[in-house]
Amino acid sequence: MIPGRFEYHQPETLPAAVALLSDLGEDARVIAGGHSLIPMMKLRLAMPEHLIDLRAIGTLRHITVADGQVRIGAMTTQAEIIDSGALQQSAPILRETSLQIADPQVRYAGTIGGNVANGDPGNDMPALMQCLDASFKLQGPSGEREVAAREFYEAAYFTARDDLEILTEILFPVSTAGYAYEKQKRKIGDYATAAAAVLLGKGADGNCNHAAIALTNLADTPIYCEEACAQLLQSGVNAASIQSAVQSAMGQIEPVDDNRGPAEFKKHAAAVILKRAIDIAWSRN
Amino acid sequence: MSKTTIKLNVNGQSVEAQAEPRELLIHVLREQLQITGPHIGCETSHCGACTVDIDGKSIKSCTLFAIQAQGSEITTIEGLGNPDKLHVLQEKFKEHHGLQCGYCTPGMITRAHRLLEENPNPTEEDVRFGIAGNLCRCTGYQNIVKAVMAAADELNQPEAVA
Ligand SMILES: Cc1cc2nc3c(=O)[nH]c(=O)nc-3n(C[C@H](O)[C@H](O)[C@H](O)COP(=O)(O)OP(=O)(O)OC[C@H]3O[C@@H](n4cnc5c(N)ncnc54)[C@H](O)[C@@H]3O)c2cc1C
Ligand code: FES
Ligand code: FES
Repeated sequence: MIPGRFEYHQPETLPAAVALLSDLGEDARVIAGGHSLIPMMKLRLAMPEHLIDLRAIGTLRHITVADGQVRIGAMTTQAEIIDSGALQQSAPILRETSLQIADPQVRYAGTIGGNVANGDPGNDMPALMQCLDASFKLQGPSGEREVAAREFYEAAYFTARDDLEILTEILFPVSTAGYAYEKQKRKIGDYATAAAAVLLGKGADGNCNHAAIALTNLADTPIYCEEACAQLLQSGVNAASIQSAVQSAMGQIEPVDDNRGPAEFKKHAAAVILKRAIDIAWSRN
Repeated sequence: MSKTTIKLNVNGQSVEAQAEPRELLIHVLREQLQITGPHIGCETSHCGACTVDIDGKSIKSCTLFAIQAQGSEITTIEGLGNPDKLHVLQEKFKEHHGLQCGYCTPGMITRAHRLLEENPNPTEEDVRFGIAGNLCRCTGYQNIVKAVMAAADELNQPEAVA
């Protein structure tokens, strides 16, 4: 399987990449780790005439934690995230999630920027980013802007990113709340049948003082479960509130029949996975 | 589309190839450079038979354009050992029946090599997790895991030579 013909560009700075993308317009695509794009190009589901490779742009590869904020450059790989001691301290849910993405080879190549920009409902990072209340920095011909992860996903492969914009950085607050990323998959290395990202904070009085829940691959975008969070915040974390939170989240999902199973099965798996993630996250406080 | 000269260091030797941007590294290695150790199992990024080591990372060479590897250092199974001087991993695969048809073996060993470089004392679970990107249709993995564990043991002996 050989992709269609294209011209290859490897700019060395972000401004050069942005300029190139605006010049070439919709015939061009950026390539990061290539582990979603190259398979799509082999299947001719993507046929860009120009590929702008971001691999030489060193400023897109960094992990910084300062003033209660985490910043990760778009070209940082999953393997680099897993190996980062600073991230393990400031947002351990990121490592837990990254370790459940694909397999070692894919994690050496795949980037966090590619994972969140791709827009594939199967990607694990988008729901996690919604859970962390991350925002994405986008750089385009008319400057820079930030979009919240909770506002970014519009439909499968459609996001708030304009075709001429490059995602440069991911920002989110340090997160030391109890956490869990639970993923049901057919085999190691597979996309999720159902997955849940959960962050729950426990106050000194034992109440729930922070709640964030998002789901992967159960609709054509990640699902942020605001009502479920409100229930846990209001009633505390107990058997009854967990049940109603799960129920409310299940009302938001729209899984479809595919080779991972019929929709009914996915709903069942999603409920089990979400309850498990809530239990684990709460127990980690 | 015109071809570009691609310069690589493969198994310690500087080599050159001419390739269009759309040519995948695995094809350039196998068809132009006659490095046929890395195999094509699926060509869809799933099986790991095409695994090579690029600048210290295990990479599926069917999921990288050759032009993206410009200037990099690549190690394939050919660079790890040869019939006269087998790598410890190759010896242990032989000893523990870590292969049957052998199709997955070059990728498996190239990946295991990087795994042991990063984690010289893996548990059995570490090995299974670390080779999860390499599929084997024959062995059921049991003997592959045994072979990798045995290689780790041997490499950890004080007098071991890699
Ligand atoms: C066998 C296999 C299993 C996998 N399993 C999983 C899994 O379980 N979970 C999971 O989440 N993923 C999985 N993936 C996908 C993998 O994680 C990809 O690496 C990831 O989806 C995309 O990241 P990338 O860096 O490879 O991006 P690319 O493939 O290079 O790009 C993906 C898309 O995003 C765009 N893009 C990339 N970077 C930017 C940027 N900075 N700005 C703007 N647009 C950009 C590209 O133009 C392209 O459209 C799997 C892949 C394989 C091959
Ligand atoms: S041939 Fe590359 S992963 Fe199967
Ligand atoms: S030995 Fe036959 S595929 Fe592994």
